Amino acid sequence: MTMTQPDVVALWKELESRVAAGDRFAGLFAGRAADHNPVTLSAHLATAGEVDTLEVTLPPGATGYPALTPRIGAAFWYERVIHDQFGLVPEGHPRLAPLIRPGQPLPRHVEGYGLFTIPHGPVRSGVLESIEYLVETPGEAIPHLNMRVFYKHRGVESRFTGLTLPDGVLLAERAEGIASVAHALAFCHAAERIAGCTPPAEAALVRVLHAELERIANHLDVAVRLADAAGLAVATARLALHKERVMRLVSRMCGSRFGRGVVVPGGVTTLPRLSPADLRTELDTLSRQVIAEAAALMATSSFLDRLRGTGPLTPDRARTHGALGPIGKAAGFADDNRLTRPYDAYPNLVVPPARAHAAGDAMARLRVRWEEVESSFGLLRLAADELAERPGDQLRVPCEPPDGRALGWAEAPQGEVLYDLSLAGGRITRCHPRSASFHNLVLMHEVFAGDILTDFPFIEASFGLSVAGVAL
Amino acid sequence: MSIWVLRGLRDGVVTTRWPAKPDAYADAWRGPARPVDAPDPADLADLTDLCPTGAISVDPVRVDMGRCILCGRCVAERPGAFAWSEGATGPAALTREQLIIPELPETDAAVAAVRARLAERTAALRRSVHVRHVDAGSDGSEEWEIQALLGPVYDIHRLGVFITASPRHADVLLVTGAGSVGMSGPLRTTYDGMPDPKVVIATGTDAVSGGLLLAGSDQTTGGVGATVPVDIWLAGSPPSPFGILNALLIAVGYLTPDGKRSR
Repeated sequence: MTMTQPDVVALWKELESRVAAGDRFAGLFAGRAADHNPVTLSAHLATAGEVDTLEVTLPPGATGYPALTPRIGAAFWYERVIHDQFGLVPEGHPRLAPLIRPGQPLPRHVEGYGLFTIPHGPVRSGVLESIEYLVETPGEAIPHLNMRVFYKHRGVESRFTGLTLPDGVLLAERAEGIASVAHALAFCHAAERIAGCTPPAEAALVRVLHAELERIANHLDVAVRLADAAGLAVATARLALHKERVMRLVSRMCGSRFGRGVVVPGGVTTLPRLSPADLRTELDTLSRQVIAEAAALMATSSFLDRLRGTGPLTPDRARTHGALGPIGKAAGFADDNRLTRPYDAYPNLVVPPARAHAAGDAMARLRVRWEEVESSFGLLRLAADELAERPGDQLRVPCEPPDGRALGWAEAPQGEVLYDLSLAGGRITRCHPRSASFHNLVLMHEVFAGDILTDFPFIEASFGLSVAGVAL
Repeated sequence: MSIWVLRGLRDGVVTTRWPAKPDAYADAWRGPARPVDAPDPADLADLTDLCPTGAISVDPVRVDMGRCILCGRCVAERPGAFAWSEGATGPAALTREQLIIPELPETDAAVAAVRARLAERTAALRRSVHVRHVDAGSDGSEEWEIQALLGPVYDIHRLGVFITASPRHADVLLVTGAGSVGMSGPLRTTYDGMPDPKVVIATGTDAVSGGLLLAGSDQTTGGVGATVPVDIWLAGSPPSPFGILNALLIAVGYLTPDGKRSR
């Protein structure tokens, strides 16, 4: 549902009151139909069962607008992106530095005797994505952290413009490569809403299979990085082995280790290429091994000592920011799209609701991930069994959308992925992807209370985000 | 801690024997698309808009594997003209042109010269090689595949290959990503910081050509070749861990690009 407001402040007030009433702020994008047109600001609010869009068009020639960030803090990075893309100044924004376009760093945030800045990145130790952390520290504590994410900015959003739907889904799969399936799903859901088509039941089940395997692989990756940070060599190797097994299962199912090329507008391209019995056996074996390994890890006290109380996000902050995915769940704010705004086969499968957590620390985040892994295996079994009983002869319906605009969403391992897609003449006129990584990474500014430099790798790994999805 | 001793022994040896022995998973892998030898003329009509990255050229029909993102559209829609290439170890090439299949006629002599020069440089590296990775705008998947090499299944340490933090210690530069403008400077600084002799591997289709980000974006350089001199071009979106391992072994002169042991 799209609502248009006459002026910016009225829109902000409406947003504020709806967020106060329990809706979740899900993003603020800017766009315009053509270069000479005035800019339109679109704010998205996640409500029960739907994502609403509230819009305002700025007057022609506007160079700025009153900032939303002082009212809704979660808009902090969104408004910096709008400034990068359109040169619009959000008046009253607390720290308007370039975010996704290269620019000059701001002066140090914290000043005082003996304080210095440790630049870490963009070329980091180990095999990691490029990001620069500027750690402001008197030596051990971390009073402030700055992040510079623009190094990886690839211009994905502008690349979407002009693509056909089949090409668009390929780009969506590569917007955040470790969550390829979730991005393809969110993109296709938007296209399918414009077209008014529903994928066949078999396709909906295949989509769930790939989405849940992607979730398990991602959560195992986080566990590998945490175990590695703690120097647990055997646990690191064992968890890496399980992750490899999951990726090999995905590649046996579809030919790609990242589940690419499966999800297309209107359905999927292929059933799993192994027999239902083989798939079931593989899932049972994997599930037994992964859950046993998790139990062993969660009984290793030297490991848990590093996680307990590390990088805590307060429940209040999680709620006001609308923290997504495991980061939100670990701090008591659970809004899982598979439950609250279900899609594909999820309405017919039983997604267990997240258990209540409130600690918000690295430990709670890992616990949430293991709970999700366990429920994912449950969903996989249900979906595999149901798929085995169907003929599987119809995998996609024609998806030829008219001109229009819609939002699409999916629950990635990192949290909600949101696509704002506009089509005209069968081509994309605008596509704004918003990953959970983008929405959540900004919270890393706020979780270092009481933590020291050696906690840094644990906090970073426990967030489990991808920089590719942030800078796009 | 004793539980980890027992768990570590649980599955026995899970490490591949490749390249000493063939590996079933590597052999069953599908690589970038290639033209078939005897194409069905009906499937060759109007190829211009078929490939989303423009990897297919006509008269004669060639596939630039360095642009192929493995979407499989040509294989699905024109099965009489295109097929998957087989095996996870390639395709890695010493020149950009060599990724174009079938090969352009004039490349042989040039490739021989390039190979001789690389062999000369890598002779000093011998059997202990240190690798520095730089992400120049990847989608994140290439990093996963490189990290997999450190796990127990691929275990590059058994081949004397190690990931190092400092470019000063590195012999090989493994570059991923389409070459984002923001990373041009840091990538070049890393390259300049490495001692000679050094070998650069463009890891994946994005790094080779920019992949889908090739056109329409002013934020990428269309591959990393614009920033650093590439020695080995590795296609794949992302390349499989076997493909990356293969490229590393070519870099150190252990294998040749056609899969033979050179020492």
